[in-house]
Amino acid sequence: MIDRLNEFFFPKQVSTFASDIDNLFYFIFYSSVVLMAIVVIGMVVFSIKYRFKKGDKVRLTSSKDHDNILESLFFIIPLILVSITFVWGIRSYLKMIIVPDDAIEIKVTGQSWFWTFDYPEGGTSLNELVVPSNTPIKILLSSKDVLHSFFIPVMRTKMDALPNRYNIMWFEAQEEGVYDIFCTEYCGTAHSQMAAKVIVMKPKQYEEWVKELGSGDDDLPLDELGEKLYTKKACNTCHTLDGSDLVGPSYLETSRMWGQTRNFEDGSSAVIDENYIRKSILEPQSQIVAGYQGVMPTYQGLLSDRELDALIAFLKSLNDK
Amino acid sequence: MSENQNINYLNHPKGIMSWLLTLDHKRIGLMYLFSGIIFFLIGGLLALGMRLELAAPGNDFVSNDTYNSMYTLHGAIMIFLFIIPAIPGALGNILLPLMVGAKDVAFPRLNLASFYIYSFGALFAIYTIVNGGVDTGWTFYTPYSTQSTSNVVPMTLGIFIIGFSSILTGLNFIATVHKMRVPGLTWYKLPLFVWALYGTSLVQITATPVLAITMVLLILERFLGIGIFDPALGGDPVLYQHFFWFYSHPAVYIMILPAFGIISEIIPVHSRKKVWGYKFIAYSTLSIAFIGFLVWGHHMFTSGQSVFSQIVFSFITYFVGIPTGVKIFSWILTMYKGQVSFTTPMIYALSFLFLFTIGGLTGIFLGAVALDIHLHDTYFVVAHFHYVMQGGTIIAFLAGLHHWWPKSFGKMYNQKIASLCALGVFIGFNGTFFPQFLLGLRGMPRRYATYSDQFSELHTYSTFWSTILGLSIFIAILNLMWSLRKNNKLDPGSNPWGALTMEWTHTSSPPHPHNFESDPVFTNGPYDYDKVIVEPTLKK
Repeated sequence: MIDRLNEFFFPKQVSTFASDIDNLFYFIFYSSVVLMAIVVIGMVVFSIKYRFKKGDKVRLTSSKDHDNILESLFFIIPLILVSITFVWGIRSYLKMIIVPDDAIEIKVTGQSWFWTFDYPEGGTSLNELVVPSNTPIKILLSSKDVLHSFFIPVMRTKMDALPNRYNIMWFEAQEEGVYDIFCTEYCGTAHSQMAAKVIVMKPKQYEEWVKELGSGDDDLPLDELGEKLYTKKACNTCHTLDGSDLVGPSYLETSRMWGQTRNFEDGSSAVIDENYIRKSILEPQSQIVAGYQGVMPTYQGLLSDRELDALIAFLKSLNDK
Repeated sequence: MSENQNINYLNHPKGIMSWLLTLDHKRIGLMYLFSGIIFFLIGGLLALGMRLELAAPGNDFVSNDTYNSMYTLHGAIMIFLFIIPAIPGALGNILLPLMVGAKDVAFPRLNLASFYIYSFGALFAIYTIVNGGVDTGWTFYTPYSTQSTSNVVPMTLGIFIIGFSSILTGLNFIATVHKMRVPGLTWYKLPLFVWALYGTSLVQITATPVLAITMVLLILERFLGIGIFDPALGGDPVLYQHFFWFYSHPAVYIMILPAFGIISEIIPVHSRKKVWGYKFIAYSTLSIAFIGFLVWGHHMFTSGQSVFSQIVFSFITYFVGIPTGVKIFSWILTMYKGQVSFTTPMIYALSFLFLFTIGGLTGIFLGAVALDIHLHDTYFVVAHFHYVMQGGTIIAFLAGLHHWWPKSFGKMYNQKIASLCALGVFIGFNGTFFPQFLLGLRGMPRRYATYSDQFSELHTYSTFWSTILGLSIFIAILNLMWSLRKNNKLDPGSNPWGALTMEWTHTSSPPHPHNFESDPVFTNGPYDYDKVIVEPTLKK
């Protein structure tokens, strides 16, 4: 019963402090239901009991306009309820901000419109935060451009990512699974697509995963690696593979125009070739395609040379398919 | 006498210039009213467009950019061009001098200037709409607002200009309340709507300059790169949030206090009963106005401000909640042993009590820091905000409009249609916004043009009911306008509800150009239903 109620109101409780926060919600909720009931009953009873009936004459009405005991109750009862709420809110909040000493620290960077995760063991992932279960995780949060906000509903926690300061949050996941991460601070065109996932694994699996991170891709052929990077590095947030427009031009369209001239917003133009693609990835603001907004962030430092080669190979291969 | 009755402020003097250059507070009020209603309809259409886009996941109706522009304009227009100017500017202007027995406001020329400043600012907003919109959200958070290529400057400049209109109106009202009251009308005999306008005016003249400074800094940042908000130059984007909310939280009380005032008038009149706890309602208005300045940090619980600030802001926030709660109980107790008529204004006032209570109670959830962190920037906040602003302020505005319409125009609207619309607004509103509380609890972020499938059922539901809400408001306004036709035979008389405040007892409907035919003499308190009987002039 309680579980089904919780499913109705909230996403799953995954973090250690989630149930505490949900209980605070239920406390305020049931108090509110009682207060609301008093308001509604008062309204309905008074307005019907003292209604102006057909045939009634306009008359002088009661001069009663205060009642000390009743009014004191109106002060004292809400005062008690909000005092409990306030103290509970602060106590739970302290649990949410005091990071355990043994936490694994993961650096999270927001950028329009994807998230980058840097792990202490080395290695980086994009839009997929992988964490071990039953282990406290400390998130060191910042942004590369505008404000973002890092929200994991199942963990009941959220923090703004600022360009000039680090913010800290933490959680400990109690259940393995794949859960949503949303950006909740408005950040421009693709704000609603700035979604990521948190993948909670068993600690052993996590260790293996971190070890493999960054390795293992060396053996892949270039275009297959490129295909992997296309989603892993969040290119798919803005560029489609089917020719339709998102925030940026579709890869398919660029691939079809290989060798042809492309016009830019500032009036200049360039022939689409390997150098053009490389420059578009590393210095996107230098050549904005006509008809699009110059909103792509630079990938300087986020891609190795081999990965750049791979993306170029993947893009070229699209036209053949 | 019979000749005098035909002269009223609507037909004397005649001609378009006599309107454009009028110094009559009632005419200025009507000009605010009609421009406000036009912006209300534009803002409402934008909202319906957004609901249409959100009916299903994916970009089915508009693109991301269009949606972002729509929600920004919806917020900016509703707040800065409709809600903030409309109630004080329209109802306040029409009623304040009548209620205190004055011939006009203290500075009639300044009053006309306020209207033209408002219109001038509104032109910038219209330019913004025509020129492709603005996509930053009505909060204009930096650094996005300093980088966005949309019309940030025209829109913020418009808001900057409209702010001056707000300040001057506030100044005018304060002077009027202090200096223009008829002899015998002491502070404790003032109608509560006057108290509410007084509290609102205090906030307007003290808080609005901060908004003006913030908007100027934002514009300077864009043009000159002064670096106050730009981290690359040593500035701080969070500083902008402090500046913005230092105005915009008090602004919430600029929006809701006049609504409290309207409800405090309507419930006693239509219950024919002395208002419960007069002094408490009057003082709580002032204390809410004051405490409203000290809680801005509760908009920033996830911004990374210090733990100490979080605790202090959470604590003070609850001090706004308690007096507001006691007000609600006072309004309900006002009906006790009265004679309650279910007129259109009363139906709106009762639905205000229901909706505003939900709006207020959900504020308690958001004031608790730990819970706010989950709910911050989700649809829970959207729903809470609309329960307070639409369920509170706009419902109260509609209540006031239907209450004082016969006074302002001397014509009565079709009450059956008006009451049906009031019910439609109530049902449509709950259908639209109640599901949004659940959406927020389940983690749906706000300001999203698209969303994942798990949220689609509640969004569809919300969109369905929004059409009922939109339609009801639209018909309600048409119904009011239709009552202005020449051959409307429904005569409300000078005091259709049998009220005791001076605008009803001492002048005709519509009032004389100089408000009262002779110097008014203050005879009875505004809520003396236990001492005086006044028969309603409206025949059932």
